[in-house]
Amino acid sequence: MAIPFDYETLRVIWWVLLGTLLIGFALTDGYDLGVASLLPFVAKTDEERRLAINAIAPHWEGHQVWFILGGGAIFAAWPFVYAVSFSGFYLAMFLVLASLILRPVGFKYRSKKPDAGWRSRWDWALFIGGIVPALVFGVAVGNVLLGVPFRLDSDLRSFYEGTLLGLFTPFALIAGLLSVAMVVLHGAGYLATRIEEGPVLDRARRYGAIAAGASVLLFALGGVMVAGTQMGFRLEGVVDPNGPSNPRYMTSLAQGGAWMANYAAHPWMIIAPVLGFAGPLLAWVAIRRRNAALNFAGTSLATVGIIATVGLSMFPYILPSSIDPQSSLTVWNSSSSHLTLWIMLLVTLVLLPLVLIYTAWVVKVLFGRITIADVRTNPDFY
Amino acid sequence: MDMAVIELSRLQFALTAMYHFLFVPLTLGLSFILVIMESIYVMTGRPVWRTVTRFWGKLFGINFVLGVATGLTMEFEFGTNWAYYSHYVGDIFGAPLAIEGLMAFFLEATMVGLMFFGWDKMSRISHLMVTFFVALGSNLSALWILIANGWMQNPTGATFNPETMRMEVTDFYAVLFNPVAQAKFVHTVSAGYVVASVFVMGVSAWYMLKGKWKPIAKRSMMVAAAFGLASSLSVVVLGDESGYALTDNQKMKLAAIEAMWHTEPAPAGLTLFGLPDRETQETYAEIKIPYVLGLISTRSLTGQVEGINELVLKADERIRSGIIAYGAVEALKVDRTDMAAREKFEMHKADLGYAMLLKRYVADPRQASEQQILLAAKDTVPNVPVMFWLFRFMAGLGFFFIAFFAMAFYCASVCQFEKKWFLRLAVAIIPLPWLAAEFGWVLAEIGRQPWAVEGVLPTFLGASSLTIGQIWTTIAGFTLLYGALAIIEVRLMIAQIRKGPIEPRPVDRIETSANGYAPLPAE
Repeated sequence: MAIPFDYETLRVIWWVLLGTLLIGFALTDGYDLGVASLLPFVAKTDEERRLAINAIAPHWEGHQVWFILGGGAIFAAWPFVYAVSFSGFYLAMFLVLASLILRPVGFKYRSKKPDAGWRSRWDWALFIGGIVPALVFGVAVGNVLLGVPFRLDSDLRSFYEGTLLGLFTPFALIAGLLSVAMVVLHGAGYLATRIEEGPVLDRARRYGAIAAGASVLLFALGGVMVAGTQMGFRLEGVVDPNGPSNPRYMTSLAQGGAWMANYAAHPWMIIAPVLGFAGPLLAWVAIRRRNAALNFAGTSLATVGIIATVGLSMFPYILPSSIDPQSSLTVWNSSSSHLTLWIMLLVTLVLLPLVLIYTAWVVKVLFGRITIADVRTNPDFY
Repeated sequence: MDMAVIELSRLQFALTAMYHFLFVPLTLGLSFILVIMESIYVMTGRPVWRTVTRFWGKLFGINFVLGVATGLTMEFEFGTNWAYYSHYVGDIFGAPLAIEGLMAFFLEATMVGLMFFGWDKMSRISHLMVTFFVALGSNLSALWILIANGWMQNPTGATFNPETMRMEVTDFYAVLFNPVAQAKFVHTVSAGYVVASVFVMGVSAWYMLKGKWKPIAKRSMMVAAAFGLASSLSVVVLGDESGYALTDNQKMKLAAIEAMWHTEPAPAGLTLFGLPDRETQETYAEIKIPYVLGLISTRSLTGQVEGINELVLKADERIRSGIIAYGAVEALKVDRTDMAAREKFEMHKADLGYAMLLKRYVADPRQASEQQILLAAKDTVPNVPVMFWLFRFMAGLGFFFIAFFAMAFYCASVCQFEKKWFLRLAVAIIPLPWLAAEFGWVLAEIGRQPWAVEGVLPTFLGASSLTIGQIWTTIAGFTLLYGALAIIEVRLMIAQIRKGPIEPRPVDRIETSANGYAPLPAE
């Protein structure tokens, strides 16, 4: 069967799909991470904790699949990126996995025993399972913007020359904090739609407002640093977007300010950072007006805007190398084969809509605000 | 190549995969047992079946979360620890993993929340559908992961592309309908069904012995006996199908399982017992059934089953041919348009992987000595005694489960599950199917060594360029974390089993402090 799209088009489609998956993850599991990070702060008593936990309990498992699928889709469509990034960020990845592993067990096991010490330990596990991945994801994205210290040899085997602590540079930390602020904002926005009026919701609004302010400030600060420091890469010479996926066939250069170049070339892209600012502001206004739907819309727009900004700023780069720009991975040199991209696109076009349909159905069945009274009486609650 | 890094990477992968596979088989089987139980509830409308379903559903839930949690590690471990493998075969191997996420994980994970939380939110029939989707999702995930693993055993539908220095898909259909993958899938899910049936039998038998919850225990045992008999028959019959699939592509694995050092005249005999010795390449104290192996593995009286030594000679030839392919790839690296090199590569590309076996002894396979080629050819023999015994334990357990469930059937009609010795046996054998399942998995993976992908990529080339310190850190971390979770899981399982199928009364169940609340974690 002839493939109706050329290689270049499929690569761009898969770049968009990769972004879609990451945004899907941040939009869904993002608020689970946010609620878990907020748990010790918005919910003080055991019943309050259970109220917050049961607001996300039936859904987090499905949401986590966005993360797993993100891994699978990067493997299938961008095998270079999968290989280089996860082996490079080895210990950081372990931190993420170990804290995410705490989460399923935390949800399921926490309320199996009435013992207060038991529950308190699992609350901490859930908190770690929320805030550590959020922070590390942000730090990792910060490092990707800065460039990652890896090189490829002629067999295309990758060698990483950084350390775990080396990841935590000032800029990466700002990115990490922005990521935390973003999920906390989104988590607070979600709670506002799912739990009854009361002390937990009041606290969620308060922390949501703080997170909205922090998101705007950190996003602005990050933007200033990207524009003002020696950050960015660009391709040099002949670029064949239809060429084989081999970074050695292209020439990359480090060039300060290159991450801003796309906005000059394609002014429409400015919509992403605009959303990144407008979303938190909208959420802040909605929190003031106690409008839950608008609040959640604002936090969702913030998530989309901030993540899209990173992707669009770097295009066509996915994983630039700081020590050997030549090894940098771009949309044009790190994808799967033409045939694999095409088959995976077909599979995605069939299955992803189905996923969205039944997810929406599950949300609809379980929709409604849950209350402290539910926590006391429902035998199925965690 | 630092061999310590390779060995540690293998150790970590084995630890995390085997740990993950403690939870997966029970999920595969128990989910379908839940479907059966809930179907009976929907059809008869009798509340006792609702209680039965909900009780096993609770145990399912405790087990399921650990399957999900440890599955996270697996999805990323190819990238973290096997980066070169991921690059080298990601074009083929990544696709089933991504499809697994899209088709299977989303379905089971989205529905499982509704299964637990939706009992009073929908009609009986809708809830049954939800339970069915959970079972379907988890079993579909087994399908896709075994398509991925089947490709590692029998890498069809792909070819090496020197321009990108990796394997690329040529025929996705061949990857999808790989006969090895099909045989493995049915064998593996059947094993999961046996695990779950033995689990349900054992736990119910414990209730019978204690004289507690007898109506629920008996009903559960009826379901488990029927499901268990069917699946223990299918796990053995379809396991035999796996053996048949081996003869086409993994002759070495079959020869190693049988400790068949030399080709025998057809039809070869099946060794029941023996003491294989790697040094002398002999199997002592053999007890053989004539003709049977030849019949099973070639489905004929004349088909040859090749011996280990003959296969080593073939590997030797392929290494020599692979060296030519390797030289051509090196030439193409320098000049993409070198037509002569391209032609040489096309002729010898099927053996490229064999040349890479030499990288263990020499950086450039073209410089290999005769001695090194001989060593590399001998490396293609997996650990024969281990394979020989793993297989016999696994298969022996398989036949034992058939006998056990046949007995269970007999007990059901004759003694209503009241015979003490049978009940004690049912409790005692709970761990055995897990053992058989893990043995089977190890057999499949050890039997493929030295290859990560049979004939394509040696395992020792697949690992990431990590330091020993990094890998020890994560091995220690995973061991601690997984160890703690295992203890907690088993304790919760036992606590839940002790508690039995009581439905909790809808009251405030929490023992609280004086002000009515559990204390804050910070205090």
